[in-house]
Amino acid sequence: MAAVGLAVMALAHWLSVDYFYFAAYTILQFIVLSTAWNILGGYCGYVNFGTAAFFALGAYSTVFWHKFFPMPIPVLIVLGAVVSGIVGLGMGYLTLRLRGAFFSIATLAMAVVFQTLVVNWDFVGGSRGAYIIHPENSEFAGISVHYIEYLFMLMLALALIALVTARTIERSQLGYGFATIRDDELAAEACGVPTLRLKLIATTLSGAFMGMAGAPFPYYIGYLQPQSAFALDYAVNSIAMPMIGGTQTWVGPLIGAIVLGSAQQYATVTISSAANLLIVGLMLVAFVIIAPNGLLGLFEQIRARKKP
Amino acid sequence: MDFDFNLLMNAIASGLLLGGFYAAVTAGVSISFGMLDIVNIAHPAFVILGSYIAYYFSASLGVDPILVSIIALPAFYLLGGAIYQVYYLSFERRGQDALRGLAFFFGLLFVTEVTLLLTFGVDYRYVEAPYIGPSLHLGSIELPYRLLIPCVAAMLLYGALEVFVSRSFIGRAIMAVSQDQLALQLMAADPIRIKRIAFGISIATASLAGALLIVIQPVEPSVGRDYIGRVFAICVLGGLGSLPGALIAAFLLGVIESLTSTYYGPSWAPAVSFGVLLLTLAFRPAGLMGR
Repeated sequence: MAAVGLAVMALAHWLSVDYFYFAAYTILQFIVLSTAWNILGGYCGYVNFGTAAFFALGAYSTVFWHKFFPMPIPVLIVLGAVVSGIVGLGMGYLTLRLRGAFFSIATLAMAVVFQTLVVNWDFVGGSRGAYIIHPENSEFAGISVHYIEYLFMLMLALALIALVTARTIERSQLGYGFATIRDDELAAEACGVPTLRLKLIATTLSGAFMGMAGAPFPYYIGYLQPQSAFALDYAVNSIAMPMIGGTQTWVGPLIGAIVLGSAQQYATVTISSAANLLIVGLMLVAFVIIAPNGLLGLFEQIRARKKP
Repeated sequence: MDFDFNLLMNAIASGLLLGGFYAAVTAGVSISFGMLDIVNIAHPAFVILGSYIAYYFSASLGVDPILVSIIALPAFYLLGGAIYQVYYLSFERRGQDALRGLAFFFGLLFVTEVTLLLTFGVDYRYVEAPYIGPSLHLGSIELPYRLLIPCVAAMLLYGALEVFVSRSFIGRAIMAVSQDQLALQLMAADPIRIKRIAFGISIATASLAGALLIVIQPVEPSVGRDYIGRVFAICVLGGLGSLPGALIAAFLLGVIESLTSTYYGPSWAPAVSFGVLLLTLAFRPAGLMGR
């Protein structure tokens, strides 16, 4: 895993095209977001529409601490993770008694409540938004790199951590517990699986990773405002990517994020930036109808048919 | 503190009128989510579609927008039927409707919204009608006609739906499908056909609601997103499967939102409907008049 990461980093540094960093940052960010969503949505079966809330809370916690005094980004990432993790825990307590569609609508509700709170909170800019100016270059282990490359490396590290965590969860006791919740929660509860505790772990982890993805965002984008940070677009992307890639394993969100993220970047540059949401919607609808288990599911089906 | 009775009465009055309109938007979801258990999260997008169709024909032909939407009802009904057919074939038949169906409608929401965006652009569109502008003055209370007429239209819609559901065969079949689908099948009625008709009616109400929306305020494609929460909040608050419940809940929500807007500022208004939703789900998930 680490070897792949280093290889990607070396390739990127050799290419040294700034746009590549910008685009790749977005795709890596979506890898983290969709992996995080999949922990709750794919493993446990609870569809979370409130991705944007955790993401934006991570971003706004960065803005908040930055106003006190600027800190290196890794520290901010950890702080963002803590904030979003706590919010995830709280959200879990409030909403996990609900099932199915009610849970999803409740997550959407929480996202809007948080957005309203931030809009009315003047310290972080409210609806005026907040600016963060970042330095041109950044010192890293003696090598001076463009800031965007620094952000890219951070996000790459974050994505690797997220993927490793997802893979570890999947193969562990925790993962088996999640799978039982997804398949039949009542039966799991009857067998003695501590479903509430597991679900709370899932929401906390999921929220924490989304917050981590959000923490460097103000530095990347320079100007943060609630309307775009809390947008429903993040929710649809973080649902579409695991569904397209396959929700059962850790590889699914990765594939989905790369495929859909690249398609979106390509469409943004060539057609128009509004078209990329159309692509997300169409691909989501198409995949959900045709390939319920995503691309991975399709591969499995093809492989199964080839066997005698 | 100076208690301005006038302000309070006006806030309540406009809240009631707005609530009537919210009820019209919710009627469709009350049928599809309350009775058919289909989480049609894309309903507000269809309402906006209805708004744009009303705008387009009203602006080019000069016809009253509400009249346009009534003429467009059959088209929306057929659209709803088609969508349900796809939904049924892809999800309900395989029993996977929970996660996949939700994702399907979520995707549909974005497809509809972005298609409208690419076709009409982000400019706010509005319609001209003789009743947009003047108000009815009842003493010190002002009732703008552009709010009053949609409210009256919404109540007529509910009256019509209630009569349909309680008197006609198909209406009662829809109630039966929501209570026990297998029993209905044993009674020699095709539940899939009934559900298709019901979902068609649900989307047809979106057409009317869309026209009412564009009478009240200028519309642009992403306006629908505010309504996702309101609509489900009203549905849950009123009790799933109960049309009168949805009507009462809509009035309630309209008044609460209006009072919050007037006394605490409009930036807190979006949190109100969702806050109400969360409280209802926490304390009384069955809603006011639920089963």
